[in-house]
Amino acid sequence: MTIKSLHTNDALCTGCHICQLACAMCHFRETNPKKGALRITGKFPSPGHFHIDVCNQCGDCAAACPTEAIYKDNGVYKVDEEKCDYCLLCVDACPYGVIFTHPSMNVIFKCDYCGLCVHYCPTGAIFE
Amino acid sequence: MNGYGGSVLRVNLSTGKIKKQTLDPWMAESYFGGRGFASYILYKEVPAGIDPLGEENKLLLISGPLTGMFVPGGGKATFASKSPATGSYGDSNVGGMIGAEMKYAGYDLIIFEGNAPKPTYLFIDDDKVELRSAEPQWGKGAITCEKELKEELGEEFQIATIGPAGERLINIACIHHDWGRQAGRTGVGAVMGSKNLKAIAVHGTKSVPVADLKSYRKAYNKMFKFLKESPARKVWVDYGTPGVVEWVNEIGAFPTRNFTSGFLKSWEKVSGPTMKKEIVITDKCCFACPTACGKYSHVKTESRDFYVEGPEYETIAMIGSNNGVDDLRDIAYANYLCDEMGLDTISAGNIAAFAIECFNKGIITEEDTGGVSLKFGDPESVFHLIELMGKQEKIGELLSHGVKYAAEQLGQGSEKFACHVKGLEISGYEFHRAPAMALAYMTADIGAHHNRAWAITYDIEVGRDKIEGKAERVILLQHIRPLFDIMGACRLQWVEVGLPLETYPPVFNAITGFDLSWEDMLKTAERVWNLTRCFWVREVPDFGRPWDMPPARFLEDPVTEGPTKGAKMSPEEVEQLLDNYYRLRGWNSNGIPTEDKLKELGLEWVVEGLKKRGRF
Repeated sequence: MTIKSLHTNDALCTGCHICQLACAMCHFRETNPKKGALRITGKFPSPGHFHIDVCNQCGDCAAACPTEAIYKDNGVYKVDEEKCDYCLLCVDACPYGVIFTHPSMNVIFKCDYCGLCVHYCPTGAIFE
Repeated sequence: MNGYGGSVLRVNLSTGKIKKQTLDPWMAESYFGGRGFASYILYKEVPAGIDPLGEENKLLLISGPLTGMFVPGGGKATFASKSPATGSYGDSNVGGMIGAEMKYAGYDLIIFEGNAPKPTYLFIDDDKVELRSAEPQWGKGAITCEKELKEELGEEFQIATIGPAGERLINIACIHHDWGRQAGRTGVGAVMGSKNLKAIAVHGTKSVPVADLKSYRKAYNKMFKFLKESPARKVWVDYGTPGVVEWVNEIGAFPTRNFTSGFLKSWEKVSGPTMKKEIVITDKCCFACPTACGKYSHVKTESRDFYVEGPEYETIAMIGSNNGVDDLRDIAYANYLCDEMGLDTISAGNIAAFAIECFNKGIITEEDTGGVSLKFGDPESVFHLIELMGKQEKIGELLSHGVKYAAEQLGQGSEKFACHVKGLEISGYEFHRAPAMALAYMTADIGAHHNRAWAITYDIEVGRDKIEGKAERVILLQHIRPLFDIMGACRLQWVEVGLPLETYPPVFNAITGFDLSWEDMLKTAERVWNLTRCFWVREVPDFGRPWDMPPARFLEDPVTEGPTKGAKMSPEEVEQLLDNYYRLRGWNSNGIPTEDKLKELGLEWVVEGLKKRGRF
């Protein structure tokens, strides 16, 4: 499954983190929401809602990458792990904070529009 | 170890020493996790007869094999200790995120031993584990403390904390988490307070290994697919637990004015749809749950402006209807007061109603309340009582010990309407005419709590006056429902949305690599139930049948109004329920597990100690 676009509606998010579980399972075959390439943040105790950050494939990460490790493929920015030297300039460049790192990895990871978050989201808070 | 974080963290608060140990695979296979581990560790490690608020008691925080996994509702954690409220086995589970987070940090079980010399909190960031000063947070409200720690450590940290009630070692103190979820029952908050442990902050990043990835994915996909297509899920997401108000009131089981009735005329004012329309601002769920039953509310009136998670059904029933209070904004405010203070809303509501009845009968007076006149239906009376209990002022000091203790001290017949079993306040189901629900409360292994066997639906299904078959059903539920707490998953997907129980063994086995049938898993639940019973036998010298009796209110005072008007339980009915229950459980007529039963369940190691105590 691949998607053409990715949108969010904070008002529908209930903070279950199933999207992150699905993302990590798809890309790493692991049970670990910390390896999901999107972020859910609770805004509590006030104003009392969740916020979803997802990639919209704007390409700012690719523009910032000095090693051309982030490349465009059919409208989606992907990571060439061989080329990534973990300088994290892409992390700083991303306007939504959705270029991710993980202590077990020495390369960055990001959303590739696989669409599993959309498929698994129980409320329609993440949609195409 | 597949399905587990793999480590046990042993934190000695007296010495400040922290030990990381490998999870015992035998314990995992025999007790799975959650309250299974709780029953085993407390029995093995907590010496008999110790003071629950003393240095020798232990506080446990436990996840389960399904916690943190890609399984619907895999977000449950259990707190456990010897209970100061009942003097025996105590545990309370909590949703939210902390069970999953501790597992990602690599820990299935955290054992707190000893008492810290100064206010302390436990900091966990994967392998980095430290005891840190909680002096700046001491004295602060639970929600305030969570907010401060998140601001300091980062939003990704999951926090469990006590409020001032826990610091004061109040028997009805809870442990707060995730902006409004609580391990509410059995006084686990007081045990945490006795240890000078203000909070636990956890962040983890590790993956949890599974035994069979392919079967795991197949199994959880089946579960999520079922739930996605279920119409029942929509109703639960729409209204959460308050959605049951209408039904519970219709059958006359909605506790009203200290369990004198099961019917609130103005129920519509406190119903799920009313709440959704008037105060809820977002649905909020626990980890990996597609059925967001949690409701987060914002109340803004001329005099008040506050946010609170809930109120849940139990709070509406116990703080609201049971005190005759029928305005959701008032119930929400009392909920907020309890949350920040760190009080269990179930026990607080129960005791407030008891106090109001005492006031009506002249057993307590304005002198005891600081000049305030207590009335049913008056929210200010409830707010005032919560303040008095939380601060242990005036009559609040006595009440804060729990309804059993308060009645024993006040006397004058108040014992008859002190609504508890084994010292734990009865929760939100009125059972004058609901024998299965009555038996569930009478025999619940932490004291009167609905969640071990929510049997009232069975009373309605097969007939409320019927006794036959009730004990069988209660026992079955006492295995199924706690099994969810043992696995670390929420039962709601099954009990309310109808996710078939058959879907659990495949996912459980794929994750853990065990090869168990549902019947095998129920056997573990039975082992745990018998072990917690033995904890009571060990801790309470004269423990037996009288401890399973319902309060006199349910035998002597007929229901005053509503569909069950005039109903009360008969002594014969109570004895018959217990006779059937003990027989089916393989216990003797005094409710003590037999040697044969314990051996059958692999609990022979318990027998010798109990024999020494003259219990066989």
